[in-house]
Amino acid sequence: MALLRKKSQTIDNKKPGLFTRLRERLSKSRSALADGLSGVFQAGRKIDATLVEELEELLLMADAGIEATERILADLRKQSDIKGATDASGLYDPLKQAMLDIIAPRAQPLQIPEHPARPFVILTVGVNGVGKTTTIGKLAHQLTQQGHSVMIAAGDTFRAAAIEQLQHWGERVGVRVVAQQHGADAAAVAHDAIQAASAQNCDVVIVDSAGRQHTHHDLMEELKKIKRVIGKLDETAPHEVLMVLDAGTGQNALSQLRHFNEAVGVTGLTLTKLDGTAKGGILFAIAMTTEIPIRFIGVGEGVEDLRRFDAAEFVDAIVG
Amino acid sequence: MFEQLRDRLGDTLTRLRGRGRLTEENIAEGLREVRMALLEADVALPVAKSFIEHVRERAVGQEVLHSLNPAQAVIKIVNDELIALMGEHNDALNLAARPPVVILMAGLQGSGKTTSVAKLARFLREREKKQVLVVSADIYRPAAIEQLARLAHDIGVDFFPSTVEQKPLEIAQAAIDEARRRALDVVIIDTAGRLHIDDEMMAEIKALHGAVDPVETLFVVDSMTGQDAVNTAQAFNAALPITGVILTKTDGDARGGAALSVRHVTGKPIKFLGIGEKTDALEPFFPDRVASRILGMGDVVSLVEEVERASDKEKTERLAAKLKKGKGFDLEDFRDQLAQIERMGGLSGLMDKLPGMGGMPAMQDQTAARETGKLIAIINSMTPRERRYPDMIRASRKRRIAAGSGTRVQDVNRLLKQFAQMQKMMKRMGKGGMAKMARSLQGKLPGMPF
Repeated sequence: MALLRKKSQTIDNKKPGLFTRLRERLSKSRSALADGLSGVFQAGRKIDATLVEELEELLLMADAGIEATERILADLRKQSDIKGATDASGLYDPLKQAMLDIIAPRAQPLQIPEHPARPFVILTVGVNGVGKTTTIGKLAHQLTQQGHSVMIAAGDTFRAAAIEQLQHWGERVGVRVVAQQHGADAAAVAHDAIQAASAQNCDVVIVDSAGRQHTHHDLMEELKKIKRVIGKLDETAPHEVLMVLDAGTGQNALSQLRHFNEAVGVTGLTLTKLDGTAKGGILFAIAMTTEIPIRFIGVGEGVEDLRRFDAAEFVDAIVG
Repeated sequence: MFEQLRDRLGDTLTRLRGRGRLTEENIAEGLREVRMALLEADVALPVAKSFIEHVRERAVGQEVLHSLNPAQAVIKIVNDELIALMGEHNDALNLAARPPVVILMAGLQGSGKTTSVAKLARFLREREKKQVLVVSADIYRPAAIEQLARLAHDIGVDFFPSTVEQKPLEIAQAAIDEARRRALDVVIIDTAGRLHIDDEMMAEIKALHGAVDPVETLFVVDSMTGQDAVNTAQAFNAALPITGVILTKTDGDARGGAALSVRHVTGKPIKFLGIGEKTDALEPFFPDRVASRILGMGDVVSLVEEVERASDKEKTERLAAKLKKGKGFDLEDFRDQLAQIERMGGLSGLMDKLPGMGGMPAMQDQTAARETGKLIAIINSMTPRERRYPDMIRASRKRRIAAGSGTRVQDVNRLLKQFAQMQKMMKRMGKGGMAKMARSLQGKLPGMPF
């Protein structure tokens, strides 16, 4: 982990604009929660039942879900009792702490060994339209920048022109894309790519997969097959099953995660489209129900717009 | 969609049974549950609140009619209000304007615009007999134009080529000119997904809208969207004179609260639902049907329509007449139905619409199209006599049928069991009609208190 940090720091140093850009991206849209809180946590306001109710509503409106909201409120109550807070403006820090307590344990960056003996295989999964292909493009770029050699498998053989979309990304970030024709067997594409990567001593293979509704039994079976075939080449692979989630998703995200996890064992999450007004409060609901690590956030469509998930930064962005 | 809301409401409202009049007190608890259920279904909070207020106003003081228990009375009000909120009827597309009728699509990234363009084009061609031209003004997402070109080719509608070097406005205008020259009926313009807070991109689509003056401007929204649906819908609606909404990805298990939110903040009708991955998976939106689906009343109307469209009407009528006369439902009929189901895109879509069948996972599992084909093959391997009198199919016949259809005896057994269930259902339908069947089914299924 230390290694990864150091590496990304060197990149940051080379490109001082990166963090500014992130901040700019994240703050371009103030979160609705932040807006609401500035009304609720006004200096001089008393802490009473009405205030708690308003706060509850704000959290629910941020997609935090009922369970996480109740837990945050309970923590907040405890904290303000201990500290004897009477003024609403004193609640900012306890609120942030309560949210951090839920989400911080999930902030575990993806660790890729420097030069693995066999390719480190990342399988990306998710429902339609969450941004899997774009995330892969950005991730390939980031890993290349960190000094890894990367290959991409165009495993979405269903959606029209998904392969071409990925090939565009490959050209843009200078990464080889292994592809077959539209309609080909996705598992075979993954198999070919991993074989090619092994032959060429490539460090990382990122396997794309078609977006699918988690409730479609057959499509989930197909995904299981992709994973099985990957495992045949290397029983430790895939080393990461990365599920991509749209920040705008509501409570259905829990169902998505449960189904994908049951089918292929999700080992990491990426939250995309955080540059909109949705701030991904659903992560709190998710953190309440699973211990799956959160790896990355997507903050735009540019190559640089994929960032390591940082819990404090995330909470700051959502609370304002 | 919506099943859980139904269950939750059910639990609370049963407790209201046996009270004669609805009062502020006895409905308060029920309404709190309704609120929670709506929030869990991703209905935006302001929308949920105003909805509850309406229900409360209408419910308090109301006499509970003889035929209903109080729970049912509240359900009825909730149902009525849901329908009222979603619009009373289906708003069809306005295709009566002078051709070419221009349809502009707008929405966030990944909401399903391009797929919806293809589905809509196919829908207009097949159901409305329109000549459609599709064009992509998405010069940003890699291979977006290519994607539409492929889809257009697959469904056999005209595609107007464009390149990323062109301006969206040029592309759209050239496509409309082309449609005019060739006297085509409809032009559908796909646009890049954009964030509602991206001023530059919003200015672009505003300018595009101003220049092409579309008859329909459709906002495409993902049914899995959470509370933020309110913000995006509001922003798009403020920027563009939206004429309708397409709600996508409703084939998952999202509870679809976004539908209510979008409808509430824009006041614009939901015109279509995206119900699957294939290009024929688009359905006109009927608020009353969706509302009754929420409340577990099934969706008999759209089922009947779909059956009529996808199948031969004659066979359906013959079956109906046969059932009315009290004659049995045999394997031949079952095969006809399976063939129809295959044409309609599988059993799971169908089961959802049958009253009380919303959540039958066991049956849904066996429903893949492949499975349907297998069932038909098994029936094909039977003699006409066996099809009429399935009871005569014993072990040796089963072995022969399995061998003939390339299946296993277990498969034959399963088919016969399914058939027996279906036959039972059909008998009931023959005797008391759909409504009676619905009631008897619901009584038997767990988690459905009405």
